Amino acid sequence: MIRRALALIAAAVLLTAADDPKDYLKDPAQEERARSLFEQIRCVVCQNESIAASEADIAHDVRMLIREQIAAGRTDKEIKQHLYDRWGDFILLRPRFGARTALLWITPFAIVLIGGGLIFLRRRDTEAGAAPAETELSAAELKALKQLQNNPPDKLAQ
Amino acid sequence: MKRWLVFLPLVFLLAAIALFGLYALGRSTRVEPNATVGKPMPEVTAPPLEGGPPMTLSSQVQGPALVNLFASWCAPCVYEAPYLDKLKARGARIVGVAQKDQPAKTAAFLSRWGDPFALVLDDREGKATIDFGATGLPETFVIDSKGVIVAKHTGPLENDAHVEALLAALEKAD
Repeated sequence: MIRRALALIAAAVLLTAADDPKDYLKDPAQEERARSLFEQIRCVVCQNESIAASEADIAHDVRMLIREQIAAGRTDKEIKQHLYDRWGDFILLRPRFGARTALLWITPFAIVLIGGGLIFLRRRDTEAGAAPAETELSAAELKALKQLQNNPPDKLAQ
Repeated sequence: MKRWLVFLPLVFLLAAIALFGLYALGRSTRVEPNATVGKPMPEVTAPPLEGGPPMTLSSQVQGPALVNLFASWCAPCVYEAPYLDKLKARGARIVGVAQKDQPAKTAAFLSRWGDPFALVLDDREGKATIDFGATGLPETFVIDSKGVIVAKHTGPLENDAHVEALLAALEKAD
């Protein structure tokens, strides 16, 4: 019972926007390529949904455009460029690395590097702070130690 | 460790809340792509609304002019109709490109809400929406005398400031 309910929920979640099967590319390999591209292209009216998932009219139009271009023998890269020329970085769910997107790509790594660097520096500082304890005893301390060794206090001597 | 450092996370939290409240809440999160601004107007071929052989949009625009993408099924297009009329009254040349519409419906729309267009092309497949890099309807593009897109307005024209901005862009595009 529960298993069936879960299967239904999974089916509902995985259900992607449906095109008329007669619009599919004849070659299953090409259709597969088209679908993997759909996952990478943003629906421009939905703000944060791929065209694979969107029911919007324009998402359908872009899906058909991608199918047309695949049928015409264009490469994935050429098709993405075709869309990029029209909508810019916004169209790609994984934006390209460039002057405008550098901050987006670099910031997480910068935070990890800066944080790691700070932790490293702190650790080195505390180790440096603890270091004097490991240095050799001063002359006065050595003398006191020797005295203790030669004349242990009564309680320790027992 | 200094005591006040304990409050540092709280300070960051308050700063984040302030940033959200004062900046982010008042800002539209809607992205308005403008990748086609600065590029030549795309080649769109469609028949005129009143019928006849297909013509290229670029041969009809004769900039500086505005290209307005609209449709009879687009509610915000009704909202912006009076502002397009104002633009026409101020001397702007506006070419309309009807998107994914039946010619009869487009004609009915224009007779009901006003026809500010020097010419309307009937782009049944909505190719212009894609090739202009639009994200919905309506969108208005400013085309200069060389046929280059120099500015755009995303969404409906909603006030006189939008009208003035387009007129200023047209002036500059001369």
